[in-house]
Amino acid sequence: MIKTDALIIGAGPTGLFTAHQLKLIGLDCEVVDNLDKIGGQCIELYPDKPIYDIPAVPECTGEELTNNLINQLKPFDIKFHLGERVDEVKKDNDNWIVKTNNGKSFSTPNVIIAGGVGSFEPRKFSPKECEKFENKSIFYSVQDKKVFEGKTVTIFGGGDSALDWAVELSKIAKVNLVHRRDEFRGAQATLNKVKELTSAGKINLLTKYQLVSVSGSSKIESIDIKSDDGETKNLKTDYVLGFFGLIMQLGPIANWGLNIDKKTIDVDTEKFETNQKGIYAVGDICKYPGKLKLILSGFHEGALAARACFKLARPNEKYRFEFTTSSKTIKDRLGIKSD
Amino acid sequence: MPKITYITHDKQSHTVEVQNGLTVMEGAVQNDIPGIDADCGGGMACATCHVYVKEDWFNKLPKKEDGEEDMLDMAFEPKTNSRLSCQLTVSDELDGLIVDIPSKQT
Repeated sequence: MIKTDALIIGAGPTGLFTAHQLKLIGLDCEVVDNLDKIGGQCIELYPDKPIYDIPAVPECTGEELTNNLINQLKPFDIKFHLGERVDEVKKDNDNWIVKTNNGKSFSTPNVIIAGGVGSFEPRKFSPKECEKFENKSIFYSVQDKKVFEGKTVTIFGGGDSALDWAVELSKIAKVNLVHRRDEFRGAQATLNKVKELTSAGKINLLTKYQLVSVSGSSKIESIDIKSDDGETKNLKTDYVLGFFGLIMQLGPIANWGLNIDKKTIDVDTEKFETNQKGIYAVGDICKYPGKLKLILSGFHEGALAARACFKLARPNEKYRFEFTTSSKTIKDRLGIKSD
Repeated sequence: MPKITYITHDKQSHTVEVQNGLTVMEGAVQNDIPGIDADCGGGMACATCHVYVKEDWFNKLPKKEDGEEDMLDMAFEPKTNSRLSCQLTVSDELDGLIVDIPSKQT
């Protein structure tokens, strides 16, 4: 069990700046994110898109913003738990016990949800029966490619992941590559390779088809794919891989007893606290009258939530407001030598 | 003001007036029409404002940019008449547009 003053869920810009604010006022914190990297939507959805409304930063990309926020955290020692999703939040006297899908658990008086629109999850196939084959015959990522050796693998998708795995697995397995249209959005070099392997008979390329159904008992035996003009094809296959990118899902947050409406959590505007004492929501996921889904609003919300955390983490101390320009204590925390 | 009709998955038809310059996505969100999530807020960075456009209208709409078709690869059950409603800007030419909202966005 990891004990901490505050646990932040979400390592996007709001989560990162909230961590900064907590450390600045002398609290420790840990950060959990379902993605395997820091940055949230800024890194996952628009790393190269310029942002023009960060105060005092006329223009920066999602990636630059993330890197600057990480730099700002350099003076502090903050533990990030990446690739982990928070599944459970339960009350234990004055603390919250927080558990992740990887079995990590935290005990903390303060949980700050900075979860954007939820956690990023792979988009899955739509036919209902796909669910029961998940992680047996149907996968949305590849952990160990050896399982596909000598088998037939049908890959769906038109981006880099689909193309890369089609090329890679064609060396050890029989590969069908299925995509809903003729154009692919992956790198040209990989696409050329796929076309080469298709001409050489190493990849069976099927475009303008989508999955309509799968059949089999405990394992998949075959699948049906359907073209835009209604033609159905049956493919014998041992495994199915889907690479349709990531979508955001509110996920387990919905089960923590919070007031949630349209994927956002109601908070007050003093502490950004939810209806549960010691659970706060900041950034895109919170809602209050006048809420703007701007990164700068997330920064403000995080700063105030951090002050609220102080009260619960240090019940016997009084929080004192200080400026970074003048406070010796804060300069010490930042590791700045004052003259 | 142009009228846009949104047909939700349960076949409910919602006709609303949407100001010129707003997107078809914004028209749905502002009028509380269910079924359009618009998680990324109109940045063409997700595919949760996906709609189907009736054929006669589909050809009248401005063509898709490259990024839109890429995003539609990630939509729930995309079809040939799929569009992202955040990329459809309302104008007088779109008066009477009818879009179908898929059964879900994610």
